[in-house]
Amino acid sequence: MIDKTVRSVAEAMAGIKDGSTVLVAGFAQVGEPRALIDGLIEQGARDLTVVHNTAGRGREGVARLIGEGRVRKIVCSFARSRGSVIFEEVFARGGIELEILPQGTMAERMRAAAAGIPAFYTATAAGTKLAEGKEARVFNGREYILELALPGDVALVEAWRADRWGNLVYRDAGRNFNPVMAAAAQLTIAQTQHIVELGELSPEEIATPGLYVDRLVHVAAGDPPLKT
Amino acid sequence: MAATQTWQPLEREALAARLANDIPEGWSVNLGIGIPTLVGNYVPPEREVVFHSENGIIGMGPAPAPEKINRWLINASSQYVTLRPGASFVSHSDSFALVRGGHLDLCVLGAFQVGENGDLANWARSDDDTAPAIGGAMDLAAGARRIWAVMEHTTRGGEKRLLRRCTYPLTAKACVSRIYTDLAVIDVTPKGFAVIDMVPGMTLEALQERTEAPLHRA
Repeated sequence: MIDKTVRSVAEAMAGIKDGSTVLVAGFAQVGEPRALIDGLIEQGARDLTVVHNTAGRGREGVARLIGEGRVRKIVCSFARSRGSVIFEEVFARGGIELEILPQGTMAERMRAAAAGIPAFYTATAAGTKLAEGKEARVFNGREYILELALPGDVALVEAWRADRWGNLVYRDAGRNFNPVMAAAAQLTIAQTQHIVELGELSPEEIATPGLYVDRLVHVAAGDPPLKT
Repeated sequence: MAATQTWQPLEREALAARLANDIPEGWSVNLGIGIPTLVGNYVPPEREVVFHSENGIIGMGPAPAPEKINRWLINASSQYVTLRPGASFVSHSDSFALVRGGHLDLCVLGAFQVGENGDLANWARSDDDTAPAIGGAMDLAAGARRIWAVMEHTTRGGEKRLLRRCTYPLTAKACVSRIYTDLAVIDVTPKGFAVIDMVPGMTLEALQERTEAPLHRA
């Protein structure tokens, strides 16, 4: 019997190595695997490369991971933003490396990794500072930039409903990076708000087939915090 | 001494409404952060425009009443939104494939500067902007079928923003096809900036005084 469920967040996070590349899903704290991020801090892995849409906001989640000194490098599309106080403080004293990517390029680099595509060309950022140092090529009279696949050692995702095969269904805008990150990592760890019987999720509604998921833990996290 | 100003610049809301007026039914549209997000409020609901949000929503609706907020439903600016009937969700990679693959009729973006060659600068004001924020702007600027820039014509200090060539770091080259400012609506053409509309009382001469690149009437 296939059963990806584990009994605790600690069990879900076991064995993550120092130096791992960790893909952390979520967009503006919606669909963000907060319990798994807290679990990662508990577990203690350090020298991490974290891939996330931002460099964290406020004092929780990715911001706390950075504040605890666990992150050697952040790969994101939005570093400085309202509330990114912890990142700015750590960055200002040279305590973290930053790689900035256009958001679509970041998503596609992970999709390519998931899809077995080692590199691809995109018109995004051609002719801008972000293309400096990257190979360029012209197709049909337009310049494109070569980007490499971005795989993760670990992906941390949040689902709304899941079953023991690891099939995942998301809620509203909580989908965002979750499907692509789930597919782009060696070890995919999912927290889910609901676990249902195998067969209850319809084949049409499953957004992430379970074969991408390695560990599943039930966390009734509730709604994202209200934005003010 | 400057001539007496006989015109009134558009306020942000009026500027958003002016642009919204030009979006026809049936278009798929992405609205960037800032003034562009206001545009959504001025497209009447009976004109069915399909609004896309980069975080994976197609068919976004207006902001909800405060008591009807769904905390799982936000746009790219972290504002709460609703869904129109017919809406769907996609993952981030599919959302940007939609953008990059040219499936959006229009993206409305704020701008610091626009060049007469259509170059857009809207993410940094200098070369040594540390810890920058790009988001989806470069993908949108490179991928959407049309980019309309919405901006104030000059800075508060009177510096020109419609230039021969942008001096700020670029978001994308040769992407802007139309500019809506608080003073005028200007098309970007192979012959440069072509003025198609001006606020009442504005003259081409006064507008040219506030624009670095040459203007001509459309």
